Amino acid sequence: MLEMLQTVWSGIPEILQIVLKIVVIVVPIMLSVAYLTLAERKVIGYIQVRIGPNRVGPLGLLQPIADGLKLVLKEIIIPTNANRFLFLLGPIVALAPVLAAWAVIPFDSNLVLANVDAGLLYILAMTSLGVYGIIIAGWASNSKYAFLGALRSAAQVVSYEIAMGFALVGVLIAAGSLNLREIVLAQQGSVMHWFWLPLLPLFLVYFISGVAETNRAPFDVAEGESEIVAGFHVEYSGIAFALFFLAEYAAMILVSVLTSVMFLGGWLSPFEGIPFLADAFAWVPGIVWLLGKTAVFLFMFLWFRATFPRYRYDQIMRLGWKIFIPITIVWLLVVGAAVLAEIGPWFD
Amino acid sequence: MNVITNYFRSLLLWELFVGLKLTGRYFFATKITVQYPEEKTPQSFRFRGLHALRRYANGEERCIACKLCEAVCPALAITIDSAPRDDGTRRTTRYDIDLFKCIYCGFCEEACPVDAIVETRLFEYHFESREGTVMTKDKLLAMGDRYEKQIAADRTHDAAYR
Repeated sequence: MLEMLQTVWSGIPEILQIVLKIVVIVVPIMLSVAYLTLAERKVIGYIQVRIGPNRVGPLGLLQPIADGLKLVLKEIIIPTNANRFLFLLGPIVALAPVLAAWAVIPFDSNLVLANVDAGLLYILAMTSLGVYGIIIAGWASNSKYAFLGALRSAAQVVSYEIAMGFALVGVLIAAGSLNLREIVLAQQGSVMHWFWLPLLPLFLVYFISGVAETNRAPFDVAEGESEIVAGFHVEYSGIAFALFFLAEYAAMILVSVLTSVMFLGGWLSPFEGIPFLADAFAWVPGIVWLLGKTAVFLFMFLWFRATFPRYRYDQIMRLGWKIFIPITIVWLLVVGAAVLAEIGPWFD
Repeated sequence: MNVITNYFRSLLLWELFVGLKLTGRYFFATKITVQYPEEKTPQSFRFRGLHALRRYANGEERCIACKLCEAVCPALAITIDSAPRDDGTRRTTRYDIDLFKCIYCGFCEEACPVDAIVETRLFEYHFESREGTVMTKDKLLAMGDRYEKQIAADRTHDAAYR
């Protein structure tokens, strides 16, 4: 059976093989994005003592489909003085890098599309590219609010990029590799071996910077409904708006997955190293653990949004420059010293 | 000392965790949503909804065209014309309530000396034409006939407080 599949697979032209691989990863992501929007509305509803959407289909499960259909059927309005080309390029540039970043995510020990040695650098590059979509959209809209939103998000992302980069340098020092698969393998042992413990400050800084990078509450000044209407996407409608929406949620999923991979041991079982439980749960495929950890972080995103008011602009800058960057630099020194001293079990 | 504790509090995101704890607790709280068409909130017997004109038990209409309701109406929503009937009593020939003007304050009901104009508990209604927005005498009397049981029960309930 397996051999037959392999012969069929190798019979397919290479270009088609690549397309198939892309589809296998992108379609589940798009579905998760759709249902993440429903989950968000449900979770926020529950926290506000409501029950959230439950009218479309059983338990409201068809709600995202209805929302998507509505957006697809709406007219795309291009403002008269907008730059047509850039206006339409914006949403694409916002979404594409977020999807491209998935190429190097290891879902299981052997389940990775591209086992690149410089995976971490690639991730850093891709997550930073997303902001260009926002800037292009804000500029091309030829609208004051959109422009202000774009400026804010540019400044914010640049500030948090640095802290995020430093946090990743910590992971890189601890794991001794830029390859995401190697990084996960370096965390083998038990829950206590995962990098969240030795790199606790970096873990928190990375996740919070991730929230800031995706322009999610409480760092959503780029949208700032109460001040600048909707920020960079005021002028967008229909499917173009939907792309921004998809990009934002896909970025949330990406940041959650990356945090799980780099700090919570990726596909590794949390019962590893515990005598009986490790064997009892040995049959569970690694991807289940990875998805579970991701779901926890996604829930945190929604929980944050339901809890915190938006940060003031100067508070965001203060947090990024005067708190996160110093913390990460200090902890980088600590990690460096620990690696030199070969403090076990993490850095030996 | 205070400065130092405050510094560490803000650095360790203390207040943010307190906030998360609070919303986390509400996540599991009993939900208060009333799923409207299937579930409804309880209604007061003093509820002020769509209007009705009542009749006596013998079928005679209560309204004597005193026009007190027209006078008291703060929104000037009521228009009354009257004329003597064949038996010599004064009756309305026209009793219109413009529902676009009406603010459902209940003053007409309070002003009425014979309990003729009342507001029922009905609040789920809509208009399909311009003319439909005015409650005419016929419509009001029909409303009264239809909901008399409920209206009478509500008045008895309220009698002790009047």
